Amino acid sequence: MAKVFRKPASFKDVSTNYCPGCGHGIIQRIVAEVVDEMGIRERTIGFPPVGCAIYLDLYLDFDMVQPAHGRTPAVATGLKRVLPDHIILGYEGDGGLTAIGTAEVIHAANRSENITIIFVNNAVYGMTGGQMAPTTLISQKTATTPLGRDLKRDGYPLRLCELLATLDGSAYLIRTAVSSPANVRKTKKAIRRAIEVQMEGLGFSMVEVLSPCPINWGLTPVEAMKWIDEKMIPYFPLGEFKSPNSRG
Amino acid sequence: MDKRVLMRGNDAIAEAAIRSGCRYYFGYPITPQNELTAYMAKRMPEVGGTFIQAESEIAAINMVYGAAAAGQRAMTSSSGPGISLKQEGISYLAGAELPCFYASVVRGGPGLGNIAPAQSDYFQSTRGGGHGDYRVIVLAPNSVQEMANLTMLGFHLADKYRNPAMVLADAILGQMLEPMEFKTPQFSPLPPKDWAVGNMEARPPRLISSLFLGEGKLEKHNLELKEKYEKIQAEEMRWEGFMLDDAQVALVAYGTCARIARGAVIQGRAQGVKIGLCCPITLWPFPSEFVGQLSKNVRNILVVEMSLGQMVEDVRLAVNGRCEVQLYGRTGGGIPTVEEILERVSRL
Repeated sequence: MAKVFRKPASFKDVSTNYCPGCGHGIIQRIVAEVVDEMGIRERTIGFPPVGCAIYLDLYLDFDMVQPAHGRTPAVATGLKRVLPDHIILGYEGDGGLTAIGTAEVIHAANRSENITIIFVNNAVYGMTGGQMAPTTLISQKTATTPLGRDLKRDGYPLRLCELLATLDGSAYLIRTAVSSPANVRKTKKAIRRAIEVQMEGLGFSMVEVLSPCPINWGLTPVEAMKWIDEKMIPYFPLGEFKSPNSRG
Repeated sequence: MDKRVLMRGNDAIAEAAIRSGCRYYFGYPITPQNELTAYMAKRMPEVGGTFIQAESEIAAINMVYGAAAAGQRAMTSSSGPGISLKQEGISYLAGAELPCFYASVVRGGPGLGNIAPAQSDYFQSTRGGGHGDYRVIVLAPNSVQEMANLTMLGFHLADKYRNPAMVLADAILGQMLEPMEFKTPQFSPLPPKDWAVGNMEARPPRLISSLFLGEGKLEKHNLELKEKYEKIQAEEMRWEGFMLDDAQVALVAYGTCARIARGAVIQGRAQGVKIGLCCPITLWPFPSEFVGQLSKNVRNILVVEMSLGQMVEDVRLAVNGRCEVQLYGRTGGGIPTVEEILERVSRL
């Protein structure tokens, strides 16, 4: 019988240590599939981010450089300047990109660095135990907003795609989700496009992926997927925010 | 051999870095090292190198981390307030054992302080403001010539030991002009960078990381780092002695203070004072053995610093109570004079 579904070669033959229902496994599998399909494994460099995906190097089978929390866009800049023909593939969460590393991502985008960032937005700090992130929704309960995020005290959830879209240096910005098979396929297509944009030298590309964190949301895996569709997407609309007309 | 040129200290570091094969410079403006950044902005494109003015000192040191991970000689430079921000990245570079070079051209602190020369970042440099059990190689020039020589040495030692190395200067050394020449140093061959990422066609994936989870893993890593640091201490201590043979009083000073102290020795000797100078070139590893030996031969040691007492602690550790160690320190931009030093010596 023909094998129609198999583990991507760029994904190591191990089990992940993610919680049941976590989105990281889906997204990392997609990354591995895209890297395989594009035949770029030997020229791809990844970045295990501070957070739940810190063991990225245990799962994805290519070179990795592990930066400090939020500094991925700066480290990626240094690497890309040395290895301009390599695919520099950042992977960070909402804490890294919309809190501690906001300056680094804004300026990497503004310099139009030819790098790609996969932005996993799960509206919470996962690894440290479910604290509020800048992307936490209003009224969402977290370890540091036990009564729900308070607009007056905590401000608004931060929309990074929309923010970076104002910069001339950003080339490709898209928000997707992994809340349904259709959305997973769109996410894969987006990651592939982002890497193509990098390979074509068109500038900074980022795919923001709305991703479930059932444990810290206090939901079942199925409820968490529904929560993305019903709560997150209305505030973080899916779609392209920037796209190059490279093939005009 | 190049001909002698008149060069500014900050420029000498930059040019020496380029002659050391550094093609990646990531900086952020701060006085009193701005000439270095400007020199790199002009020179890097001429040699096919990369110059980036980063959005912050934090970003600059992390760009160094990225370039170093790919196996290239990379550097940054700053002054105390900027080095404070870079310490996060320096800790990661040390933890991941990435070679890099940086220069700190010290100004007065704490806080915003001022932009006058100071040596109040000795602790910051030799102890590190970053977290964790780590060491960086700290080289202290006292002339424009040495700014260049020690920059070249810094790049070499960084690669030799896979460790950050720095030049610790001050606003005077950074700004002053002196005749010097760029010598091509004869260094021993370096090990291949068989850990760098990129171009993984014929090998398994590599990981650059300072993360060691799992029981006992970090302790093992830190003990391996300690072994490396002990090797550096055994092999790389550098210092200069001046008129110490029959000295009863030894001055200990580095950088700008070493120049002034040298003047004090010459003038003191002319007045019949048996005085000499010990000038540490490596501040880490601190030349403890030499200073320790010195304490057996002299009656008094006077440490001269542009701080209220930082290197003096290393001197006291080395001397271990064998002779009296006193401090003459100026701070906040104050510069010791020959007269002040000799007056202080007369009261020992």
